[in-house]
Order: sequence, then C-alpha cells, then structure tokens
Amino acid sequence: MITTNNSPSPRPLPRPDSTTRPYWEAARQHWLVIQRCLDCDRSIHYPRAICPDCLSNHLVYEEVTGAGTIYSFTVTHRPPPAFADEAPYIVALVDLANGVRLVTRIVDAAPEDISIGANVLVDYMEVSSEVILPVFRLVGSAAQQG
Amino acid sequence: MALGIEARVVGQIAVVGVAESDLGIVPDVSAVQLQAQASARALREAGLTARDVDGLFVADLVNPLPGLLLAEYLGITPRYSDTTGIGGSSFVAHLEHASAAIQAGLCSVALIAYGSTQRSDGSRARRVVDPRSPEGQFETPYGTLAPLTAYALAAQRHMYEYGTTAEHLASIAVSTRQWAQMNPVAMMRDPLSVEQVLASRVISSPLHLLDCCLVTDGGGAVVVTGVERARDMAQRPVVVLGTGECHTHATFGQMRDMTRTGAAISGRRAFAQAGLRPIDIDVAEIYDSFTITVLLSLEDLGFCEKGAGGPFVGEGRLGPGGSLPTNTQGGGLSYTHPGMFGIFTVIEATRQLRGECGDRQVAGARVALCHGTGGQLSSHATAILARL
Repeated sequence: MITTNNSPSPRPLPRPDSTTRPYWEAARQHWLVIQRCLDCDRSIHYPRAICPDCLSNHLVYEEVTGAGTIYSFTVTHRPPPAFADEAPYIVALVDLANGVRLVTRIVDAAPEDISIGANVLVDYMEVSSEVILPVFRLVGSAAQQG
Repeated sequence: MALGIEARVVGQIAVVGVAESDLGIVPDVSAVQLQAQASARALREAGLTARDVDGLFVADLVNPLPGLLLAEYLGITPRYSDTTGIGGSSFVAHLEHASAAIQAGLCSVALIAYGSTQRSDGSRARRVVDPRSPEGQFETPYGTLAPLTAYALAAQRHMYEYGTTAEHLASIAVSTRQWAQMNPVAMMRDPLSVEQVLASRVISSPLHLLDCCLVTDGGGAVVVTGVERARDMAQRPVVVLGTGECHTHATFGQMRDMTRTGAAISGRRAFAQAGLRPIDIDVAEIYDSFTITVLLSLEDLGFCEKGAGGPFVGEGRLGPGGSLPTNTQGGGLSYTHPGMFGIFTVIEATRQLRGECGDRQVAGARVALCHGTGGQLSSHATAILARL
C-alpha cells in the first residue's frame, strides 16, 4: 500500500529483514555476498526466502569478487528530493560473473567515461551510521589505484 | 479486405459507453468525484443508469479499496467486483476480465473506471516506498525514481543494442503532439519539433523532459456489455475481438532483457484470439508513459522487428497521414496523464471506431489496438477492438 507523507524527505535507507540481514551486515564489513541455492546451485539476487527456481529454502550467502560489467546506466539529473545534493549521479545495472544483476551506482566517474559493457569493481559507500551501500567504480579508475 | 468480423462476435462483449472526466488541472475535487463524473457521462451516452451496472472494475494508486468507494458513491451494489491493480495497464486488463465475467454470466453490464487528482494534490511526489520491500532495500536507496529510472535504463540499453537514437524517440513525441493539436481537450497543443524535444532538459539520460508523459488530474470510464444487448443500444457497438495480459516482474533490476517486454506475450494472445495480425490494425492506442514505452511496445506487439523500432517510428508512420496512426488523442505525452493511462487507450479507440473524432478522425478505421504497460515495464495488457 502506498502512503504519502508531508515531512521533509529523509534519505531512504534499506530496512533489513531476517533474510537480507546477512547481506547488509557483510556490506558494513565491505564484503559483497550473494545468495546461492544449495539444491539447484542458482545464484539469487535480490536475496529471497526461497529459491525462485526450485523453491528450496537451503540458501547460503557467499562472498564474490565484486567484478562485474555494466548492463545499462543512466545519469540522473533531476533526483528525488532526498538526493538533491548528490545530483547528477549515475545509477547503473551491473552484472556479476555469477549471473546476478545489481541495481547500484557508478561512483567517481564522469558520465562520458561510462559505457555499457565496461568492467567495474565493487566499492562501498557509507550513507548513514548504520548503512553502507555496495557501489561500483570503473576498473582502472584513479581512485582505485590510490 | 474482408475481416469476417461479424462471424467472430458471437458471445463477445462490446463497448457501449465511454467518457472522460474533467482533465488537466482540476483543483478542489476528490479522486472519486472524477471517477463518478466520468462514469455518469459514460453511462449516459450508453443510455444506461448506474443501477444497470452489476460489474465494477476500478484500479487506483492511492485508495486500496477503490471499488467499494465508487460503488457507494454511485449508489450501486455490484454482484461482481474486480480491482485488479497492475499499474497503468489495469484498465485494458479489466476489458479481458469483464469479458470473462460477462461470458460466464457473472455480470451483464460492466463499468470500468479510473480517476486521480495526483497533480493537484501532489501525491505522486510524496509516494513513500516501504523500506523493507525489495524495492526499498535494493533500489530506492540508490536514488532511483520510479518509474523514470527503469525506462531510462531500458532506453539506454536499446540504443546500445540496436543503434536507436534520441531523434528516433523524439519523433514519437512529435507525432503524438501532432495528434494532440487536433484534440480540443489535450493539454499541450503547441507545435513541437524534434529539435525542441532534444533541447528540453535531460531528466535521466537518455530521456529528455519531452520524452516523459504529463502529470495531470483526470479520469475516464468505459461501459461494456454483451454484444447482442449492445446492438440495441444508443451508440454504435465496438466489439472486443481479442485480449491478452501478463506481468513479468515488479522491480526493474529483475528484468533480464530490458529491450524485450511482456507485450510480446499479451499481444500474441490478443491477436490470436482476434484472428488478426498487426497489418490489420488501422489505429493504435499504445500507452506512452515515455517515448521508449511506445517504441518497445511496437516492436514486441509485432508491428516491426525487434530492434527496428527506431527507423520504424522515424519515418512519420505514427502521425497524421501515416500508415499506423498512433495515440490519436495526443497520448500521455501531450493530452493527459493522471497517473495511470490505460483507460484512455480504450476511450479513444472506441471513438475512432465509431467515427466521432472530428479533425483527428482516422478515415475508415475499422480495427483498433489498445495496449497498456504498467509499473516499470512490468505488466502488459492488449485488446483488439473492431467496429460492428
């Protein structure tokens, strides 16, 4: 159900649940973990309580390298009010080697340097005292080499 | 070309009344008022009263029980109720549901209605995503805007895979504006060029402001009944020959191929049921939340090959005088867009098939296609209508 609120916009933060909590706790440690089904071996993201292929609940989290490629991206010029001071920023879909796709940001990159198919590597962006978001940067970008 | 429509219509349903509420900027009214206003107008043109309605189909983004409220407002007690909400496509899906209900004898006169005051009350801007939902955990924290971000990502991917250009998308906005110029109730009626679309500011690349639909108040209503009863009624019946619907995902991160939508599924069913093909369509009303929505729909409905949508729309085909008149009331891009749009595709298709569109009438229109897309390329519903 959609509600509306009239308060000034706080930054929307994820509220972990029993299934997703390991993902978010790993991110706070700067680890990227992806769920895998032990019964059918399928990698799953976003994490779920049951495997969408075989309905098993034998699901585990495993650390991944964080290497991926850009499937698509968009430069957001007119953001939601809570993100006004971050614009313009780049929202992207990143495909990891195990086949899962993440909705994420490309950080520390100019829009003209972004291309579909580019190689990226995970990094971490602290957005509150509680929440760290996995984000991605271009492979070979200067900040990485620092 | 003989389409054998008369032979196909036994047991089908027909649209017997359509109407819009006041549109545009309508301050000082509640959403249900607009729903009731459109409903009353549609029923009146059908020569019916509210008491004739025994099946009610409503969808709404704000009220979770919209059917209860509209029925109460109209003073009716429907024996069949359907508030299927799958986004803007809901009302085209409601045609399929109403068809099934009427053919099953569960109701005999169905009213499909929508109305929203999202512009005047600013509700769209204040939408709050549940932070525990998949969207609230894995998309919204990154600064995504629903539905804009999804459509921008799809457009960017389509450009990458098929060489579609910003000019191709802009030409959809241009042809749609040409139709709006001939619609007295359309909001935007100034001439529009490709250059002007490209000069409008980029909201989320590659989509410009003028690639995006309007944000307005407004509503619409459609009344359907069995075709045999429709023959005796006030308006020339418009029969529903085929329908199809599906949904493929909720959050855009789960859409594996952002260039291929479920319109391929809903469209295939609708055409098969109608016994027709894209070449038989005289006029198309295809939900245009964004220009890319139309382009993807045209490809997936089979009007052109996958990937060929850019050149297909870039040749003036969709505008006045073109071979596939599309969004002849001016679409969500230029006519109206009160949050959900599917019902307006059915209203305009019906009017075109009745021959009552005046300046924007497509000569000789006999068969129309309505297509609604909902959510973030998530849901699809297709209906093929024909004049009896």
